[in-house]
Amino acid sequence: MDRRESIKSLFIGSIAGGGLLLESCAPNSEAIIEKKIWDYKYGRTPKEAAFDEKLLQEKFFDESEMILIVVLANLILPPTKEGTIEQAGVPKFIEFMMKDIPEFQTKIRGGLMWLNTHSSQNFKRLFINISENEQKYILDKIAFPNPDLDVQLHEVQFFSLLRNLVMTGYFTSEVGVSEIGYQGNVPNIWDGVPEDVLKSVGVAYDQDWIDKCIDQDKRNEQAEWDDQGNLLT
Amino acid sequence: MEIIENTKHYDVIIVGSGAGGGMATKVLADSGLKVAVIEAGPHFDPANPDQQTQFKWAHESPRRGAGTQRDFGEYDMAYGGWDIEGEPYNRIGDTEFDWYRSRMLGGRTNHWGRISLRFGPNDFKSKDKDGLGENWPIGYEDIKPYYDKVDKLIGVFGTKENMYNDPDGFFLPPPKPRLHDLFYINGARKSNVKVMPSRLSVLTKRINSERGVCFYCGQCNRSCSVYADFSSGSCLIFPAQKSGGQIDLYVDSMVHRVDVDQNGKASGVSYINKKDRLEYRLKSKVVVLAASACSSARILLNSKSTQHPNGLGNSSDLIGKYLHDSTGTDRAVFIPKLMDRKTYNEDGVGGMHVYSPWWLDNKNLDFPRGYHIEVWGGLGMPSYGTGFDPNLLNEHLGLPVGGYGNSLRQDVKKFYGSVLGMSGRGESIAQKDNYCEIDPTQVDQFGIPVLRFNYHWSDFERKQAKHMHDTFEEIAHNMGGIVLGDKPGKDKNFGLNAPGRIIHEVGTTRMGSDPKTSVVNEFERLHDVENVFIVDAGPFVSQADKNPTWTILALSWRTADHIIDQFKKQNF
Repeated sequence: MDRRESIKSLFIGSIAGGGLLLESCAPNSEAIIEKKIWDYKYGRTPKEAAFDEKLLQEKFFDESEMILIVVLANLILPPTKEGTIEQAGVPKFIEFMMKDIPEFQTKIRGGLMWLNTHSSQNFKRLFINISENEQKYILDKIAFPNPDLDVQLHEVQFFSLLRNLVMTGYFTSEVGVSEIGYQGNVPNIWDGVPEDVLKSVGVAYDQDWIDKCIDQDKRNEQAEWDDQGNLLT
Repeated sequence: MEIIENTKHYDVIIVGSGAGGGMATKVLADSGLKVAVIEAGPHFDPANPDQQTQFKWAHESPRRGAGTQRDFGEYDMAYGGWDIEGEPYNRIGDTEFDWYRSRMLGGRTNHWGRISLRFGPNDFKSKDKDGLGENWPIGYEDIKPYYDKVDKLIGVFGTKENMYNDPDGFFLPPPKPRLHDLFYINGARKSNVKVMPSRLSVLTKRINSERGVCFYCGQCNRSCSVYADFSSGSCLIFPAQKSGGQIDLYVDSMVHRVDVDQNGKASGVSYINKKDRLEYRLKSKVVVLAASACSSARILLNSKSTQHPNGLGNSSDLIGKYLHDSTGTDRAVFIPKLMDRKTYNEDGVGGMHVYSPWWLDNKNLDFPRGYHIEVWGGLGMPSYGTGFDPNLLNEHLGLPVGGYGNSLRQDVKKFYGSVLGMSGRGESIAQKDNYCEIDPTQVDQFGIPVLRFNYHWSDFERKQAKHMHDTFEEIAHNMGGIVLGDKPGKDKNFGLNAPGRIIHEVGTTRMGSDPKTSVVNEFERLHDVENVFIVDAGPFVSQADKNPTWTILALSWRTADHIIDQFKKQNF
């Protein structure tokens, strides 16, 4: 199935399900859905794709909440030349996860509300309108879990959850993956840990062990054995 | 509801397309028999770009790989999981059994760990050693020729180790250890724990012109698009089709009954087509069940007839009984020496490069059966969860935990690749009181009565789990690591996972020579019915401290040879 056709079938499937009937009558709706779905190309079953499509069409945070999330995300990970939370698509990811894991909704929405109430009480203004120093004054009180508590206070739980989402949103993004230094997910030939790395942590390969391992120059020679199971090629 | 009769008649109907079903399909179709394969899920080919998840990045998904749609992360190649909408199951009393199902062509072989271990001679005769459980009616010598053939057909890497109960095979050379593996090797050796290259069905070397060679992306759980890992579709069913086998695939079809003729012999199966929700009937001379241990038991128990009022093949009343899973518990270890690592591409094969087979004698221990240790770690691909609690490990360094700001970037990089894990996977004792049975109070969305489970671990398994954690802590200490989390105590069953969590459930239609104490004979044929065979893990008398797949494959091949032989003798 080509890309266009598979979108069509997705579209038809949605109409049959009744969920998208209204949207489908709107102008350019097919193009809108195409854009939303094909931001993502990730081997979904038709049922999974329909579910994701539904979530992508729902909006959880209102504009003021989203602005506050962006401000907080930038305090958690301020922009550097390595990457920014906007480049990493963190706000969009957090919005999606609220719908994907609905238990997050009240924790985050309630936490944002608490943050503004707390800010207004202390500084007479909403969190986004106070100075960075004032913002940090508040964060310093909620950003460090108390090791003596079995269950953390609600505001600490809220910040930990938001921080987790920001961090994972960043480090799973293109810029984040590059910053962490992950170099895989490409066809490769694994031939052992680089020598300088072995030295730097003080370990070494056993020659006996290595002798039994694949000789990567022979990987394409078809395997043949004698009757005892000794590899001949 | 009107039943739609298919006019086609098959030699053999195979129910299920995982390891057992795939192997039976390959062997029977290659022999020229006309075969129908009925699969409860959709068609799947890892090379199909619409289905492929190999090489996808977390950021290509809106949930970044989170496991909300698929239990092992959204790129894991199993359509299904512990819970499937519309297909419930129940638990009796305080039972904790969890039932994993993968509904797709190839079943769970598309995502499994590819750990491909032969059972050893002792594993078939464990009762002789400790008086527990039951012996198999066959021994290692009966199945060895088939293990050999499976090795050569499918490919498995490993090394000759000359260990009596971990027999060698026809191996491809293993990949070199990764960095964390070297720490494990050193730590294990200090405690005299045997450690050796793992044995996985991944092609480190070419075995034929149809399948590719591993290119080390570390993603075997996504099913390999060049067929360099063992998945049942890509390695058994597709090749059987390509070589001209007469195979009809029926996908999205839930078999719920084996039909019988007036003499009580199987005449075919009935299934529900998931697409039109109508019931169909197919006819054949032989029925081979390979739906998984619990699903096959369910089909047989639901196949009541005047000739077989207790369910098909259930005169012993043992179908569903002796259900057992591998034991399992896990521990993570922080290795300070691996902080601030220089990064490089460390993906390797999808799964472990080294492991420890069972190295002790249970005579000297307070639990009867052994376990092996699997090792994991390394510079893995970031996915949902990477960066959570970014500096929690600071608590072991006397540094603050929590905070915000760009120091968090440094923390994530500092700890990346510094945690290694060990997983113990062991043998439990099959017990008659651990079983699945039909729950007469509920049906699934296809109107088929569902299963309910009764399962409790005994002290044999609990003491084994305790020993696993003692070993993990010793090895962790040896390699200069810090074990994470508290050692789980008695109140937590010493960390023992709930039965079903290791996804090695076996034993529900066990093999034996006495029809009163077993369900199938040594050729996996129902004692009660001459033309019904079971080639999944249901016939396992005991699950060794090995993973079941290689034994499922070898037994299925052996059974298929027997079926061909019976066809030649015109016995069906």
